[in-house]
Amino acid sequence: MLRITCPHCGVRDEVEFRYRGDASVQRPPADADAAAFVAYVYERDNPRGWHHEWWYHAAGCRQYLQLWRHTVTHTIHAVGTATDTLTPPHGMVDR
Amino acid sequence: MSVPPRPADARRPHAFRASGRYSALRLLREALGGHQGWRRAWRKAEPRKEYQVVIVGGGGHGLATAYYLANHFGITDVAVVEKGPIGLGNVGRNTTIIRSTYYRPENIRFYDHSLRLWEGLEQELNFNAMVSQRGVVYTYHTDGQRDHMIRRANDMRLAGADCVELDRAALKALIPAISLDSGRFPVLGAFMQPRGGTVRHDAVAWGYARGASEAGVDIIEHCEVTGLRQANGRVTGVETTRGFIGAGTVCLAVAGHSSHLAGMAGIRLPIETHALQAFVSEAIKPFLDVVLMFGAGHFYISQSDKGGMVFGGAIDAHNTYAQRGTQWIAQEVAAEGVALLPALARLRILRQWAGVMDMTMDGTPIISKLPLDGLVMNGGWCYGGFKAIPAGGYTAAHLIAHGEAHPLTAHMDVGRFAAGLTVDEPGTGPFPWAH
Repeated sequence: MLRITCPHCGVRDEVEFRYRGDASVQRPPADADAAAFVAYVYERDNPRGWHHEWWYHAAGCRQYLQLWRHTVTHTIHAVGTATDTLTPPHGMVDR
Repeated sequence: MSVPPRPADARRPHAFRASGRYSALRLLREALGGHQGWRRAWRKAEPRKEYQVVIVGGGGHGLATAYYLANHFGITDVAVVEKGPIGLGNVGRNTTIIRSTYYRPENIRFYDHSLRLWEGLEQELNFNAMVSQRGVVYTYHTDGQRDHMIRRANDMRLAGADCVELDRAALKALIPAISLDSGRFPVLGAFMQPRGGTVRHDAVAWGYARGASEAGVDIIEHCEVTGLRQANGRVTGVETTRGFIGAGTVCLAVAGHSSHLAGMAGIRLPIETHALQAFVSEAIKPFLDVVLMFGAGHFYISQSDKGGMVFGGAIDAHNTYAQRGTQWIAQEVAAEGVALLPALARLRILRQWAGVMDMTMDGTPIISKLPLDGLVMNGGWCYGGFKAIPAGGYTAAHLIAHGEAHPLTAHMDVGRFAAGLTVDEPGTGPFPWAH
């Protein structure tokens, strides 16, 4: 069970949250080509390591949060609100 | 892609003696002789410098692909490289169910072909995989769900698969332990695929390994791929912990690690990796002689020949490569099981584990060339990889040998995402965690 420190609600169990996917994907500009949109909708880095991702605190503050979480150890490096700028784990760059 | 011709001197003599055919007569003879005559079922090989085809991943799909390449497509200059021992990944971690009860007609046809191969598998491999067509039963709990299942059953019949409807009385007669009126989700009826069932999963890995090895395939354990070497837009081999191995064609059959391996060639796949848990209870006397699936949630259960109840549920809903599960999914699976079969509440769970699934963005597998000449993949199996092993192996071998997709897997090309031809099996859109 993950324990996620919600910036609004404090430490809560994973069951209160809904996973909402990779936070590193960025919507391309409207005039980008089809390949850019295919990559945006479907293709993922799916890293074996640190992952920047969205979680929705469904049974709490009902706010979108962003996390840096490790996909092997499940260690949570940082949690922030959707508009925060998080410090990525060492060696990682935020895209 | 075209497979380069095989050098005439590529075969190498080896001292390994084949295990011979298994039969009742042989068993009797060995019993009388103190079982001294059994030999190893397959040969542990050392890597050579080069192969016509290198398959990455010694699981069900990798070994099956090698088997069919060598035995049905005449390509025996093949190596299977595996980072650990064979058969310890998802092929040894699943709940062993086989069925063709899919939603999209393309997938029904593919999985029913797989079911037909399962039906002849033990004769094909001369290996007892304990294929047990005990029937797979799905409960439904709402009118809408019934209508959806009728549609699915009709699609299955049109594709040549079998599916029958059971009313409440027939369901209760078939499964006396079922609770039809468990308060919140009363069972309205069920559908059954009589040809569905279970298979002894470990034997699938061993049987294909034996068949492939006897046909000349090198199975190389403890050989982890660390890179994909390429030249002039073409893959030329794999870098491994045991040195470079050259290859005309490289096939990735690495389940949850597909993105990781394809990433070595700079390719991003429409895949996320999620864990799926499985559970086994203590062994009890015969209790359930079908595979039962709970329509009001995500729960499936069968009883192993040893007597343990084998069951599982939904994927863990966040990206993970850890082969362990989260507790709340385990709790949810247990609650669903008790809602369906209340007697399960008295059982203790003996073991729990997880495998990492390559969840595609549309829930349909990927057997396809990748955007690097000579590189193909057999993956994206979501949580349906085990039942697909025979057909997945056969069609991936077809792709490697002929350079084009087998008709049953034409819809599994990775180019379908860019072409707008996704085959949305779960109907959830590009959100793997929602499958």
